[in-house]
Amino acid sequence: MIIILTVGIPRGLLYYRYETLWKEFFNNLNVKYIISDNSNFKILKDGKNKCIDEACLSLKLFIGHVISLKDKCDCIFIPRIYSLEKTEQVCTNFNCLYDLIHNLFPDLKIINYNIDVKRKNTEIKAFINLGKQLGFNKKDTIKAYKMAKEKENIKQTYIQNSAEHKLSSNKKKILLLGHPYNLNDNLIGKTVSNYLSKNNIEIIYSYELPKKYINEYYKKISPKVHWTMNKELLSAFMYYKDKVDGVIVLTAFPCGPDSLTNEMILRKKGKSKVLLLTFEELSSDVAVITRLESFIDMIEGCVYA
Amino acid sequence: MKKIISFPHIGQYYHPIKKFVKRTTNIKTIESPFITKKTIELGSKYSPDSACVPFKYNLGNYIETLENGANILLQAGGGCRYRYYAEVQETILKDLGYDFKFIQIIGKDHLRINEIFNIFKELNPKLSKIYFIHELLSTLLYIKYLDDIDELIRHRIGFEVYKNSFIKLKNDFLNELDNTGGIFKLTYLYMKYEHKLKKIKIKKPKNTLKVGIIGELYTAMEPFCTYELEKMLAQYNIEIKRFTNLTYLLWKKALLRPYIKRKTKKYCKYTLGADGLDNVYRVLWLKKHNYDGIIHTKPTGCTPEIGAIPIIMRAASDNKMPIIFLSFDEQTSSEGMKTRIEAFYDLLNTRKEKIK
Repeated sequence: MIIILTVGIPRGLLYYRYETLWKEFFNNLNVKYIISDNSNFKILKDGKNKCIDEACLSLKLFIGHVISLKDKCDCIFIPRIYSLEKTEQVCTNFNCLYDLIHNLFPDLKIINYNIDVKRKNTEIKAFINLGKQLGFNKKDTIKAYKMAKEKENIKQTYIQNSAEHKLSSNKKKILLLGHPYNLNDNLIGKTVSNYLSKNNIEIIYSYELPKKYINEYYKKISPKVHWTMNKELLSAFMYYKDKVDGVIVLTAFPCGPDSLTNEMILRKKGKSKVLLLTFEELSSDVAVITRLESFIDMIEGCVYA
Repeated sequence: MKKIISFPHIGQYYHPIKKFVKRTTNIKTIESPFITKKTIELGSKYSPDSACVPFKYNLGNYIETLENGANILLQAGGGCRYRYYAEVQETILKDLGYDFKFIQIIGKDHLRINEIFNIFKELNPKLSKIYFIHELLSTLLYIKYLDDIDELIRHRIGFEVYKNSFIKLKNDFLNELDNTGGIFKLTYLYMKYEHKLKKIKIKKPKNTLKVGIIGELYTAMEPFCTYELEKMLAQYNIEIKRFTNLTYLLWKKALLRPYIKRKTKKYCKYTLGADGLDNVYRVLWLKKHNYDGIIHTKPTGCTPEIGAIPIIMRAASDNKMPIIFLSFDEQTSSEGMKTRIEAFYDLLNTRKEKIK
């Protein structure tokens, strides 16, 4: 058995989806962990140099985070996800993430788990496996997982309630639609959200959608979508589109699933105002700010007209 | 209104597909017009920018065939983005103002004969299940024989003595198979043509270059998309091995999966999505069988392959296999690729002489 002292968690991709769960799980087991810093241009540059050109911006950032962590900890935590629901899939980047990092850095020690609901590898099984790799027995792991899951649920309910609360505010409201790893990233989503809050606009994030609506609203726009994460985005769009003043769709270039679902959003948006922002490896945010400025002008102008 | 069924192109598979649809539904079936520059221009005009190239080719096919009068369109589905093509394409075409019925044959990520039968039953209420299964089997057999003949031709076409002798034979073969129904007769015809094919004169020098083509499925199977890469290689007298064909995708892939997983253990712990892991395995296979080089083809922005490429690169450099990565988009000028293939050919030649 190998004793692991510190686990490194790259601040990218799935981190933003499972933040609470992972942190609480490691806390409960008394495993020390470090999380890489917020994305910056050095991280992006490192990731870009290591990865092939055509990979999407989020993946490049993730690899940059791995590079920044790799000398600071004993092992890095990279889960692999194939399917979160029985008949659905996720972006293939999550399928190959573990093997990709393993082959890019052959000497790096990686701990991981595998969720593949289609082949009966559920989340709890995955976490038991993770606990085994860290050297804990089944009982402790399950206990830690259950406690962490509870905390995650509490936090999610809190976030969802606050979103409902935000909807009743008097300010102009804008829905930021995109994957959590894009919306919360320092180089991608933060540029937008900082600018919007500076302009006194209430921001609603697409991941704040209450869970009960996820399996309901997407059917109105695209019943056949088979990516779990994009299904959530489509549901969020349909639920919020009439409740907010405008929608900003954030995408990293070139995102595979988004390229098609965004087309559906743009074609079926009806009368709601949608701005599509595609992020590339930009070194300045001026171009983005210009477009945001005109979008806000448009939203405010519409009210007075 | 008279019903006309149509479907997009992928290589020469329109022969078996057309035969199958026509015989099971009794409805007039036309294939879409052959892919030309105009097809891809139309397709990319109405597609989202960052969609992958097969999407654009399919959409171009649909528009052209709708102009020709088709009003029932068929689309398949699979892993990755392909499974979602149908819905987006339907929406785009409806927005363009066409009136048609859109049918997705494989809507989930598995094949179920019952589901497919129900779809065809709707088109042809008189369809009996036994007849349907017979037709399905005979079509699968057709596809298998077509792939087998292709495989044989691919090994020989670079060295033919009389020009076009193989293409002529293949056209005859397709013509006869199109008009044959029975399973036994199909087998007989295949054996006849296999025999004929092996008799065609070839002049094969002793030390020829052997190259394997790996990569994404559409670029592997649709020659127009890769500027007829295989023809170009044949002109250089290169023997070609290509893995992806419909036979492989329909049943071989699932059967081989445990074996492939075992063989690629050194590089991968899990499957990579779509054909990613298969391509890693193919690198090892090509090394084992003494091939000289590898050509990897994919459409620009193909997510599964992008994830797999760093792993393929490592496997290739571990095994000292020369490999070239070609990415195809909607541009139709082949000069850039010709230069790269030429350079790759020179590299393989020098390398071979050095080893000798």
